[in-house]
Order: sequence, then C-alpha cells, then structure tokens
Amino acid sequence: MFGCEFYVDPSRCIGCQSCVEACEECDTHRGVSMINFDFLDRAEGIQTAAFVCWHCDNPTCAHVCPADAIKKGEDGVVQSSLKPRCIACSNCVLACPFGIPKLQADWEQMVKCDMCYDRSSTGKRPMCATVCPSQALAYVTPEVIARRREKPVNLFWFGRQRVATKVYMMAPAGPDSVSIDAADYTWEAADALVPPV
Amino acid sequence: MRWFRRSDTPLWQEEFSVFNAGENYVNRRQFTKFLTLTSLGMFVGNLWILARGRFKSPREAPPPVVAARAGEIPVGGVKLFPFAGGQCILVRIAEDTYVAYSQKCTHLSCAVFYARESNRLECPCHEGYFDVRDGSVLQGPPRRPLPRVELQRRGRDLVAVALKEGA
Repeated sequence: MFGCEFYVDPSRCIGCQSCVEACEECDTHRGVSMINFDFLDRAEGIQTAAFVCWHCDNPTCAHVCPADAIKKGEDGVVQSSLKPRCIACSNCVLACPFGIPKLQADWEQMVKCDMCYDRSSTGKRPMCATVCPSQALAYVTPEVIARRREKPVNLFWFGRQRVATKVYMMAPAGPDSVSIDAADYTWEAADALVPPV
Repeated sequence: MRWFRRSDTPLWQEEFSVFNAGENYVNRRQFTKFLTLTSLGMFVGNLWILARGRFKSPREAPPPVVAARAGEIPVGGVKLFPFAGGQCILVRIAEDTYVAYSQKCTHLSCAVFYARESNRLECPCHEGYFDVRDGSVLQGPPRRPLPRVELQRRGRDLVAVALKEGA
C-alpha cells in the first residue's frame, strides 16, 4: 500500500524470529536473511530487537562505497549493492552507523535490506512487517502509528554526524532525536550534543 | 579559482552521485561552460590553420621525375605518374603539346580523369570540370585551379620539374 512508512519498535519484539524466516524466503537472496536480529543481553534477559536497514536520507554506506555500488532511489529506498559493481571491500559494513550491511563472503557481495523492493514498489508490505506478530516491525500509515503512545523518530546522532532516515524508530515521547552513539550514554557524556535518552 | 566551482560538494561527488536522481544531471552552468570551451577550441584551431597557411616556409623543389618518353602515349592519351608526393596526370592534347597536373581535385581531393569526348579534366565526385589547357575551373564546386606540373623536354624524356599551386 502506498502512503505507508516503516516503523521499528524494538520494545515490542518478542524474539520469535518470524521476520528472519520470512526474509529468508525471498528468491533473490534465498536462505540469507536481511534482518539484523540482536539479543540485547542474552545472559541477563530475553529481550531481543530486530532491525532493518534504516534507508538514510544521506546514506553513509553509499558515500563510502569505492565502486559506486549502492544507490538511493527517488522513493527513498537505499538499494542493496549492485552485483556487477560490489567488490566486497566491507567499507559500507564498517561505515554504517547502524551496522546494517553484511558481507556475504561466498558471494563476494554486500547484502542488506532493500525494504522488499519487489513488493514495496508495487504497494505491498515488506515480508518482515507482514509476518511480525507484535508489529515491532510495522509498515502502516502515519495515522495508524499515531494511535500508539510512543513517538516515531527518524533523526539520529552518531557522534557529531546527523543521520536522518526514512525508517522511523518508536521512541518514548520526549526528545526529537535519538543518539545511537554508545559514548552518548556514558556518564562522561553529560555535555553531549544530544542528552542521553 | 573560487569562481570556477562555487558548490560546496566536490565535483566527483556530483558526477558519481549516490542518488538515482543525480545520475544524468548536468546543470546549466556546466553545459554552457562546455559549449563555450568547445567553441573557443574550434576558433583557436581555425586561427592556427590560418596562421600555418600564411606563414608557410618556402619548400625545396621536389626531385624531378621522368613523366614519359616521346611517343609513349598517343594523342589524346593519358599517363599517371607520381611526382612531388602525389599522383599527377599527363595528357597529350596535341601532337606536340603535353600538359600535366596534380590529379587531386581542388575541391575534396578526388582523382580527376581526362574525358576525351569533352576534352577536359573531370572530377567524378561532385562533377567539377577543369580546362585541360590551363587547369582552370570550368564548373562545379572547386574554387581553385588544378596545380600545374611544369614539364621540360630533356632529350627524348618529358621531365616534371616543378609543381605550381594555383592562385
């Protein structure tokens, strides 16, 4: 459906990995999931978080690619690396502030989420958002999201780098942006650019 | 050189844009600069050709070549011979009259031939006709007469000694 945006709410994630399994089914990258699935503190708790590519407005991965293999379309979706161009240098893997691109060594190519472009370009929901039972990954209209208590945020600070994204993160109502630099959450960061959430 | 590039993004970043929208983008300033520089280049090139033609140093005389022997070709006959770095055409227009010219048409350098019926040198490419007696243009696109080969009788030989470019 058009007019929808992608919203990620890690607190809703129940760790079922339906998104991982659903993503794996895509024929273009069968067997390899594009979902970045994390256990937050496995020894201490069961909380998990599933992330997709954030499709930044000014994608760092694309800017650091030496082979010009990552392109961002006019609809805002940052495509995965172009097969003829990617040289598997891992520049984007290292550069992404969110740690999304993964190097698939046996294909010698970087792979990442492209918001199921074959589906979303025709108006369908991405696979992960379709199967997520708790709607931690949601692809809905802003009106539907407004019913939630959390506020969608798409502005992140990575140190001094301002990262604006297409995908929204659900954050507690409060600051307009989220800092994703671990340093900002330490006590030494009292005078950081963005006050720790 | 600040006037040359006022944008903050470096040129390579605009040329190899990460955005699909920026793929074929050429802004007006770039395009106009390209047009102006190309135009200027062609103008300078033309000036150089002009200067080269004006200030040509006098070349040494080409080595003489035996064009034909007496009686070798019949009246109205033709012989081709190399001289002064090009192909020349020798025509026996009368019993005792031989004329020779460079075979390169002064229009676009096609090889001219002697048309016996009309008694003139004709160029097949664009129908440029030259008078066989003095090489002047009778009709057609050529603007300059055919360069004439100066012939000298030395014994039984007809020797080509010099090539005179037309006016």
